Amino acid sequence: MQTANKVSQQQLTGASGQQVTCLRFTGDVSSLSKDAIVGTYQALDKAVHKCILLDFKGVEYLNSSGIALVIQVLMEANKSGQTVAISGLTPHFTKVFTMVGITKYATLYPDEAAALSAL
Amino acid sequence: MNVTSGSRVEVRLPSRLGFEKVAMSTAAGMAKLMGFSEDRIEDLKTAVAEACINAMEHGNQMNASIPVSVVLSMKPDELEVKVMDNGAGMETPAPTPDIDRKMSGEEEARGMGMFLIQALVDEAEWVSGTGTDEQSFVRLVIRMNKENE
Repeated sequence: MQTANKVSQQQLTGASGQQVTCLRFTGDVSSLSKDAIVGTYQALDKAVHKCILLDFKGVEYLNSSGIALVIQVLMEANKSGQTVAISGLTPHFTKVFTMVGITKYATLYPDEAAALSAL
Repeated sequence: MNVTSGSRVEVRLPSRLGFEKVAMSTAAGMAKLMGFSEDRIEDLKTAVAEACINAMEHGNQMNASIPVSVVLSMKPDELEVKVMDNGAGMETPAPTPDIDRKMSGEEEARGMGMFLIQALVDEAEWVSGTGTDEQSFVRLVIRMNKENE
């Protein structure tokens, strides 16, 4: 019943010239996505990947357990001094992420292009 | 399709993560038939999915052989959803998530389901069952036009 969650990683450059590591998620983001989301993030060298963009454009289903995994990434990134930005959320999940307070620790952008132009 | 108030649909789900999407899709289909707006349907989908996950995890302890029953009832300008399980019921009200406490590890990152349900629908009540004949359930009501808007 769960659509497999896949993550692809790409190095991009923000408008300021800084390197941005984009993690693009597809499929379901739920409690079963821990390895894909947290595992992929933890495999990044924190000294190299200072700015992370989490892109949800390809996500078909997201629930509170999936949001908790995003918070786990934010916790670790915060401790490591990394910047995290989020893009590609639907208007509904932009509202939900705002309701739970994620915007205090990560800026939300409508899409990847908007994020890169601000980073 | 001619949709009339009083129509009722029942869905029984195994307590297995992922099957909440069946109830979510059913609820969305009914709300669409009733003429709900897209943003209200998205609110409903999240609330129904979270209620089903709570019923599977906390109510039925993830025992796939124990079903979660979902009853969806169309009423004039509103849809009522009852999600039933075999657990002892949930404590309410749900605390508002504190992102600072979550970030510092003082509060679990998880545990936002009930908060989201309460925030996204117009009415949410949790009722504890008294035994095998009376199941615990959460009753959600979502209206075509959100209150206070």
